[in-house]
Amino acid sequence: MAIVPLRKMAKGQKGTIHRVTASGEIGRRIRDMGLVPGTPFQVQGRAPLKDPVAIRLRNFTLALRNNESDFIEAEVEEV
Amino acid sequence: MAHRGANLIALAGNPNCGKTTLFNAITGERRHVGNYPGITVEKKEGYCQVDGGQIQLVDLPGTYSLTAYSPEELVARNYLIQDRPDAVINIVDSSNIERNLYLTVQLLELGIPVLIALNMVDMAAARGLEINVEELARRLRLPVIPTVARTGRGKEELLEAAWRLVQKDAVWAPLYISYGPDIDPVLNKMEALIGSAGFLTDLLPARWTALKYLETDGEVIRKGKEKDPALSGKLEELAEQVSQHLQKTLDSYPEAIIADHRYGFITALLKGGVVKQSHKADRLYLSDQLDRVLTNRFFGPLLMMLIIYAVYKFTFTYSKVPVGWLEAGFSELGRLADSSLPPGPFKSLIVSGVIDGVGGVLGFVPLILFMFFAIAILEDTGYLARVAYMLDRVFRTFGLHGSSVMAYIISGGIAGGCAVPGVLAARTLRSPRERIATLITAPFMNCGAKLPVFAMLIAAFFSAKEAQVMFLLTILSWAAALLIAKLIRSTILRGPSTPFLLELPPYRLPTFKGLLIHTWERAWQYIRKAGTIILAISIIFWALMSFPGLPETDRKIYDEERASIPAGGPDSQARLQVVDNEEAQAALKNSIAGRIGSGLTLITTVNGFDWRTNVALVSGIAAKEIIISTMGTAYSLGRSRRGEQIPLSRRLAADSSWTPLKAFSLIIFIMLYAPCFATITCIIRESSWKWGLFSMVFNTLTAFIVSALVYRGGLWLGLG
Repeated sequence: MAIVPLRKMAKGQKGTIHRVTASGEIGRRIRDMGLVPGTPFQVQGRAPLKDPVAIRLRNFTLALRNNESDFIEAEVEEV
Repeated sequence: MAHRGANLIALAGNPNCGKTTLFNAITGERRHVGNYPGITVEKKEGYCQVDGGQIQLVDLPGTYSLTAYSPEELVARNYLIQDRPDAVINIVDSSNIERNLYLTVQLLELGIPVLIALNMVDMAAARGLEINVEELARRLRLPVIPTVARTGRGKEELLEAAWRLVQKDAVWAPLYISYGPDIDPVLNKMEALIGSAGFLTDLLPARWTALKYLETDGEVIRKGKEKDPALSGKLEELAEQVSQHLQKTLDSYPEAIIADHRYGFITALLKGGVVKQSHKADRLYLSDQLDRVLTNRFFGPLLMMLIIYAVYKFTFTYSKVPVGWLEAGFSELGRLADSSLPPGPFKSLIVSGVIDGVGGVLGFVPLILFMFFAIAILEDTGYLARVAYMLDRVFRTFGLHGSSVMAYIISGGIAGGCAVPGVLAARTLRSPRERIATLITAPFMNCGAKLPVFAMLIAAFFSAKEAQVMFLLTILSWAAALLIAKLIRSTILRGPSTPFLLELPPYRLPTFKGLLIHTWERAWQYIRKAGTIILAISIIFWALMSFPGLPETDRKIYDEERASIPAGGPDSQARLQVVDNEEAQAALKNSIAGRIGSGLTLITTVNGFDWRTNVALVSGIAAKEIIISTMGTAYSLGRSRRGEQIPLSRRLAADSSWTPLKAFSLIIFIMLYAPCFATITCIIRESSWKWGLFSMVFNTLTAFIVSALVYRGGLWLGLG
């Protein structure tokens, strides 16, 4: 297992939320959407200009900017 | 609240959970759309009959949570707390049940009686999700009714259950969740403090208030400070202690721990066979397959351009016919009034003030109907979210949001749009700073009313390169809008971009009824709210351009001149017309607007504008298409009808005081200056008075500076 920032993850890669390092508004919004530690997710794709990133979790798809995904650390299988 | 009836039920749910569809299915014709006080969040109310009597339904804004960060969330929460509905129908998208229950948990913590409409059970079943409804209801200890809002399935059962719940007259019974060993002790202590002091307990459960102090909820803490500063300070201190402890020991925050435990509660709730996933969860569904094409790196942007172009074509091509009917109808009405009323200021008021004003208001309605219909399709299918997703990177560079593109395109990003529906289209933006910047800059686009003015000037001075100049103007308007948006966002609207966490909902086929309701509600709001203001302002502009009129002595001179023309002569008609036109010119110059125009020449010599141009520009604030007719009057060409810009074009081309440089500086000014009053009114309705006035002053100032730079720079380069 390795801990990587969400921004570094490749399309199609799976992971589990390890930690959300943001507080305040950004943190609240990220958690409200269900990104709390232990949540499994998969990177579904990136927008044509590589940002935002779309991830799939809890049966829905969420797009977030790279700026926001920097606050999210994921646990992934080591390649 | 004034019309708080008996049996008040609020509808709450996440965005995209089918809440509006359910609301439409339940309420019949008796409904009302307004705004929540102070903000531009739509508030829908309706009624429905059940066996025992009548239920009043209020559709709360779609929210993911009940925190106080977005205006929608705050409005929903305050409504529940202050208006205290008898029950809440919480619509839960069953194909996305975990995240939807996050809001449910917060409703239950508030203690309000809740029943759940487990919506889109058909979609969940198609995705292999099986939900044990009885077990879920038993564990939550509240009624759970499976529904399919699109078809109306479960509607009757839902209403019956709601009626039973309302009749019970239940007291608020907050749900207690354990937040673990770090939070629980301090939470209990705070709850006891709040309970024994009766602190805010008239409206709020003690534990809920305590939780909000731990979550550092600005709104609740502010209210608490007003009520009892000492106790509020004590609670803040306790919250701060636990926060520091958590940061030291776990590198976490109370609000993070609280969210974790809420999701933990949901996970536990759904365990043990409440939700069964029969086939693999990571299977690609039709919606995901569509996304592979529609948001593909190459095809995505290409298809998006096609779709946006189609929206634009649809809005402006098909609305032409009803717009034509309206215009013909109003000009016929004008002629009728013209021939049947005695001459004088009253006739002028009716013809030029009221009929033209009402015509101006209603003229936009077909455009707005078609635009909202097209946007409703994009919104309800889920495609609009993909547009924002794909374009966000570009628009964010300029401090905007991916969704700003719709407002820009419709305002005239493809030349010929209209800023009124464009400004209204900015509603789809949920980030406040980005939305204001979009509202202010969208009117820079070349709308359909500016085009004839540009065409007239281009025909006079750039006739060899018409297409190229027109294209250049489109590019310039985009550049101006984006750069000035950037300027605004880095000065008066400075601040980090609003967090962008956008759900990409599965593609869905919208229902035709839903689209029609959506469209009509928004158009009707425009007619009712904006219409009256626009009418009043068009009457004010009529007065500015008609009063004080010519002094008696001057009028006599024109009368004598007319009398001197022999009746029945070969050119007597034409000569009479010349005198009429000269009188109209003199009257315009003497009017309040004319005097303003003359006064403004003190400043506008910098841009090369004389009083004739100035008065035309002043009148253009009423509506941009009036610029041509006012200029025509100022050049004694008579009141030219819309579209007849040829005589004016020839007149300007022949005038030695006009140069291509001056014409170009005027085009730039018209492109950028104050939006027309219909647009300003809409900006006010969509934001506030402050921003409406700001758009008028700021845009005019921008226009003045840029056009002066163009003119003076051009002269310096020897282009004049």
